[in-house]
Amino acid sequence: MKTLTRLAICIAIMIQGHAYSQSGSMVEIRGGEFIPLYGTKTEVPVGDFLMDVYPVTNAEFLEFVEQNPRWRKSQVKQLFADENYLRSWKNDLAFGSEDLPNSPVTNVSWFAAKNYCECQGKRLPTVDEWEYVAMANETSPDARSEKSYNQYILSWYETPTTFKNTVGNTFKNYWGVYDLHGLVWEWTSDFNSVMIGGESRQDSTGDNNLFCGAAAVGATDLMNYAAFMRYAFRGSVKARYAVKNLGFRCVRDIEKTNL
Amino acid sequence: MKNFKHSKKKLVYVFFLAALVVGVFTSCDKAVAAKENPELMKVYGESEAEMTAPPMVPRPVGKRAATKLIVNMEVVEKEMEMSDGVSYVYWTFDGTVPGSFIRTRVGDEVEFHLKNHPDSKLPHNIDLHAVTGPGGGAESSFVAPGHEAVFTFKTMNPGLYVYHCATAPVGMHIANGMYGLILVEPEGGLEPVDKEYYVMQGDFYTEGENGERGLQAFSMQKAVDEDADYVVFNGKVGGLTGDNALTAKVGETVRLFVGNGGPNLVSSFHVIGEIFDKVYVEGGSLINENIQTTLIPAGGAAIVEFKVEVPGNLVLVDHSIFRAFNKGALGILKVEGEENKKVYGGKIEEKVYNPGVSAAEVTEEETEDAPVANTSLAEKMERGKQIYTQNCLACHQATGNGIPNAFPPLAGSDYLNADVHRAIEVVKFGLTGEIEVNGNVYNSAMPKQNISDEDVANVLTYVYNNWGNNKTEVTAEMVKKAK
Repeated sequence: MKTLTRLAICIAIMIQGHAYSQSGSMVEIRGGEFIPLYGTKTEVPVGDFLMDVYPVTNAEFLEFVEQNPRWRKSQVKQLFADENYLRSWKNDLAFGSEDLPNSPVTNVSWFAAKNYCECQGKRLPTVDEWEYVAMANETSPDARSEKSYNQYILSWYETPTTFKNTVGNTFKNYWGVYDLHGLVWEWTSDFNSVMIGGESRQDSTGDNNLFCGAAAVGATDLMNYAAFMRYAFRGSVKARYAVKNLGFRCVRDIEKTNL
Repeated sequence: MKNFKHSKKKLVYVFFLAALVVGVFTSCDKAVAAKENPELMKVYGESEAEMTAPPMVPRPVGKRAATKLIVNMEVVEKEMEMSDGVSYVYWTFDGTVPGSFIRTRVGDEVEFHLKNHPDSKLPHNIDLHAVTGPGGGAESSFVAPGHEAVFTFKTMNPGLYVYHCATAPVGMHIANGMYGLILVEPEGGLEPVDKEYYVMQGDFYTEGENGERGLQAFSMQKAVDEDADYVVFNGKVGGLTGDNALTAKVGETVRLFVGNGGPNLVSSFHVIGEIFDKVYVEGGSLINENIQTTLIPAGGAAIVEFKVEVPGNLVLVDHSIFRAFNKGALGILKVEGEENKKVYGGKIEEKVYNPGVSAAEVTEEETEDAPVANTSLAEKMERGKQIYTQNCLACHQATGNGIPNAFPPLAGSDYLNADVHRAIEVVKFGLTGEIEVNGNVYNSAMPKQNISDEDVANVLTYVYNNWGNNKTEVTAEMVKKAK
């Protein structure tokens, strides 16, 4: 009987452990073409790739800094992270009392996020890849024209302190990916390739044709507003910035294996 | 000889005058140059700007010289009350809507520190309409959460200016409350007044209709349609009423710095019960006088000044009046002090207006020569009660006790019982001036009552046979005699 109980506990622990490692799991995204927000007239191709189901958590990042001392709070180079880096962490190897193990890690710089992914044999997604997956809702790969989809995103923008939530509590999208909307912003490898300057109104009318008409477009198109704010956010950060509402996840290219 | 001496003296005078004139002109030239070129104004010292939450404003600049002024401002996204039981996530400058009031003078070198709270979800920036430069500073102040942007500018033009966030999507940032006012005073400061306040209008768009309880999300669709659920002063319904009401004392001059953050609606700013003695049109240098309602565009401002002469509640409204009474654009300026009857006499009477009565009077006049039927006391009392209710009750009250200090009592009235003929004359011809009733002095006016002689008799009989009066029965003949 006792052994049975022990076995049961053991199995329970294993299941839990499995659940944790689930956050490191990936799903396949079938590539395609889409027209992103930034107003190019032509479709942008996106190849097939694997994407993390969840953003990287505090627990996962702790493991990473344990193995990589140079990314510890006290040892990180100022060139690669500003003073907000892991700001809430108690010390090099313990996150803050309010940080849950299964909450997304935030206050990490782009350099740190990039290196984390590389150490896993992965990389950060490009803006186009991220946006491509993020245009899905529960049932459709491109829900951008649906009012409820946009309303969900806009209302998240207005909900304070969502970074305290745990991963996997938003919706599972068409591809099987969670938390692209509703939890935290996420780093992308080329986050500043599409610049929204400080002067957003000029971006839409000036010589920056990337944003040609973006702010002036039929404002009834809510999609632009939801996406616009993401691009605005990306435009406001630099690679060494560590921001409380900004986390990340990784992707991996699908290797073509010849059988 | 004498003449020569004289002319020599004259010559000296001429030289002296010429020198003086030249001197005056040169110093005048300098002054003009300095005034026209704030760019060339020297700055003296350095100080941190006093920042105030609405409805207060910082101290006037007075005679101080242009200086290097450090402005610290923090962007905070937070949930606050929009109306009773209704909350909203506001995006704010310094935690209030509108944001802190910034007070500068022309020629100041402003060093602006814009800090974005680490908990903020979004990047923000600031476009100050007082800035001469790209984006009004927006370009230089774009700042991510948990960061601070610093930029400088020189105040070139005196006036009252709006500032607001200009990050994409601009409309949404403004609609969530990101605006405020910056004042650039002219050299020497604005003329001192007794009271200064900061009032700013804004329109809000919520998923739920006006009054729907709970946390309300921003509705982009309604904002695009310019279909506001709330139009308010200082960020919420009741932002300037109840405990938040503005105050002043009789005789004081009040200056309101009024802005309109929009994002969409233009304000027809009006103060019920006052006339603006002065309006700095659109917050600029043009002064208009004796204005009832001034237009304040979205993204614009005005300075209004008025002396409050009588006590009472003045009501600030957007005179697009449904906004005031149905959407919240209403504030109170409570004025306390002595009555001033010369300026405002107050209500002197209130009565039923019934055109039917005068029509009846006309027909009765036609039949005046017809024999008057002898009516019984009971009939007279009944008819008298009707007349009283229609013509007298509003002032003298149903109890006949009147209203202290305004309308004298008829119940147990010494004035009434002393002289019935005088009473008939008062009803028939009216009465103005000071009288004493039961030991109290009344100085008011009662108008002539437009009723027939018979009804005068009826109503007086009713009054005399009630409330402890002396039971005199007044007849139509007695009334007819009074001339």
